[in-house]
Amino acid sequence: MRRKRTYAQTLGGRHKAALLAVTALVGFGLGFGIAHLVAGSIAYWGVVSGPFLVSLRVAIPATVIAGITGVAAGYALAKGRFPGRSVLETLGSLPLILPPTVIGYYLLQVLSPGTRVGGFLTRVVGHVLVYNVIGCIIVATVAAFPFCMRAARAAIEGVDPGVEEAARTMGLPDWRVALQVTLPLARRGIASGLAIGSARALGEYGATLMVGGDIDGRTRTMSLAILDSFTTPERNTMILILVLMAISAMTGVGLLGRSRT
Amino acid sequence: MTPALEVAVARSIGEFELDVAFTVESGLSVLFGPSGAGKSLTLALIAGLIRPDTGTIAIHGDVVTDCSRRIHVSTQQRRIGMVFQDGLLLPHRSVLDNVALAVRQVRGRRERRAVAGEWLQRVGAEELADRQPGSLSGGQRQRVALARGLAGDPALVLLDEPLSALDAAVRRELRDVIRGVIISSGVPAVLVTHDAEEAEELGDVVIAYHDGRVTGTRSIERPVRPEPPPGTPGSGERT
Amino acid sequence: MNAVVPHSWLDRLGIPPWVWNPLSISLRAAFEATIVVAVAGVALGYVLAKGRFPGRDAIETVFSLPMALPPTVVGLYLLTRMGGPGPIRNAEIHLFGHPLTFTFTGIVIAQIVESFPYCMRFSRTAISVVDPRFEQAARAMGLSPWRIALLVTLPLARRGIVAGVAMAFGRALGDFGATMIVGGSVPLATTMPIALYNAVFYGSHGQAMVLALVQLVVAFAILLGVSRLGKLQPW
Repeated sequence: MRRKRTYAQTLGGRHKAALLAVTALVGFGLGFGIAHLVAGSIAYWGVVSGPFLVSLRVAIPATVIAGITGVAAGYALAKGRFPGRSVLETLGSLPLILPPTVIGYYLLQVLSPGTRVGGFLTRVVGHVLVYNVIGCIIVATVAAFPFCMRAARAAIEGVDPGVEEAARTMGLPDWRVALQVTLPLARRGIASGLAIGSARALGEYGATLMVGGDIDGRTRTMSLAILDSFTTPERNTMILILVLMAISAMTGVGLLGRSRT
Repeated sequence: MTPALEVAVARSIGEFELDVAFTVESGLSVLFGPSGAGKSLTLALIAGLIRPDTGTIAIHGDVVTDCSRRIHVSTQQRRIGMVFQDGLLLPHRSVLDNVALAVRQVRGRRERRAVAGEWLQRVGAEELADRQPGSLSGGQRQRVALARGLAGDPALVLLDEPLSALDAAVRRELRDVIRGVIISSGVPAVLVTHDAEEAEELGDVVIAYHDGRVTGTRSIERPVRPEPPPGTPGSGERT
Repeated sequence: MNAVVPHSWLDRLGIPPWVWNPLSISLRAAFEATIVVAVAGVALGYVLAKGRFPGRDAIETVFSLPMALPPTVVGLYLLTRMGGPGPIRNAEIHLFGHPLTFTFTGIVIAQIVESFPYCMRFSRTAISVVDPRFEQAARAMGLSPWRIALLVTLPLARRGIVAGVAMAFGRALGDFGATMIVGGSVPLATTMPIALYNAVFYGSHGQAMVLALVQLVVAFAILLGVSRLGKLQPW
């Protein structure tokens, strides 16, 4: 009886993954199609496309940055005992339960050109960091980072140290062991962290509002636009699209990690 | 007299195939063989934790598993006791509470703890009653595990490599405790081990295992010990 | 509107009402929400950890959705379900006499929805890593499935479960988007995060600083507690 269950699980896993992918794509397409029909006019796309593009422009770089830094932080936490370890762990997890408005407040203190730190950073970077896309990306990265870090850490801790040992005895230097052995073995957990992180980045509202300023065409993400358009007909379209984006982001990135188990 | 245990089962797991049949009349029977021969799997089947692919199992004449008739009595209903290699005592309860949890033939917290206390005494662990399992040595832990396995008034007690995790000196010491307590309690027992010396010392019957099959059965003659006067430890008195 | 501590105490402690009001509302709402979430979340986490039935992963995904969706979307959904015509609104009117939008109970519900996934997922993980042989030993001892869950499995998983409840509490305390939409600008629904937003929006920088600092300290404390739970030796 145990054998039957394992077989069904393998079969179900592959089927499930394929089903999710198809559902996400079909749902995405259907969503657009239905939204068009419901909206009744292609003109609504014009209203929706602005926030849609802003969201993409914010969430994609944010996920990439949060992914890279999150994996690095997760690796460090999983492997090393270094001074400041618990600081990294706690600070990195703060955005998980810190209210978005608190995140927004402190980011404003750090990035706004009016403050000391903010002024310094603005001069160094050469560009204002608030009320534009850069600020939004920073916010989204901060929001997504804890998910990536924690998922990566758990996944890396779950890698069999024996395999890493074997790689080391074969003469591979530590950095190659990390890149070619540890991380590939941990890719499922890392991918799921990226998935949730990207969904979080897409959905961020409170801090984005405070740091970005909700400027139409520049910092008005889908999340913000949904609320701004609440009383108008585009609302349903916006909600549909954002939900589908989030779901497909989760499943899409999650599926990447499911290959060849 | 009805045999204590009749087993005739087959079960495949991956590439491994188990196909065994044997009978335990009474006393202590030992399943002996190398690691991976299927001995622990057999215990799990007897306990009802796993279902066989085909075959039957009967405890004291009651059929608890019969694949052809789709009978499978749940583990809870089987009135067995189990002793594990690492004890598996609940770390969040005291030693006495751990043993008391297994007592099912009486009701009431105080009565259960009283029965538990008696069994702790029989295994020589009565001074450990209020200790936490995490603070016990290996030998102490296995004594408590033995008490817990017997405290529930089982019809059959199963021991899965109970001494394998202990060092040699402790192992020899506990061997006598195990055999003494089990024989004096009168409960039939099946014990799994890969240690030849242990099999010889403990078993009334040694059932040899190899690669999922029983390769031989041997009875061991034991000189009958003169009965110690009743009231001394080990006299086998049981209410 | 302060129903928790008399004003005279606050004056003596030197805590101004613009801190204490939102703080007490936040604490009360999060507390009520966490009670519900703790019971339901652990129960569902147990079912998901132990059960083998079709649609198990689908159920976990559905109940984890609030974690992935923007809080504003969740808030809007709740607003339309609880305020717009439909079975949920009817049930509310039947039970409470009025729809729950823009009420204190409404924001408690919003926080339940938002924090539920944290407790559920933490519990599921904690329960699923309990050594199954403990449960096998318990079965051999004759314990019924109920007693095994209550006396063996859950106590063995309690560190992870407590961490999950703590995270859920923290999430409820920190909720902004969903609370704001379901609660509106009703004073009884002004939690700490909303009070901070108002302070920044209306330029009360001094108040904003204090409100932000209080929330930062609270979140920090909860996180420290949770990581302490994780660091101690599991059984």
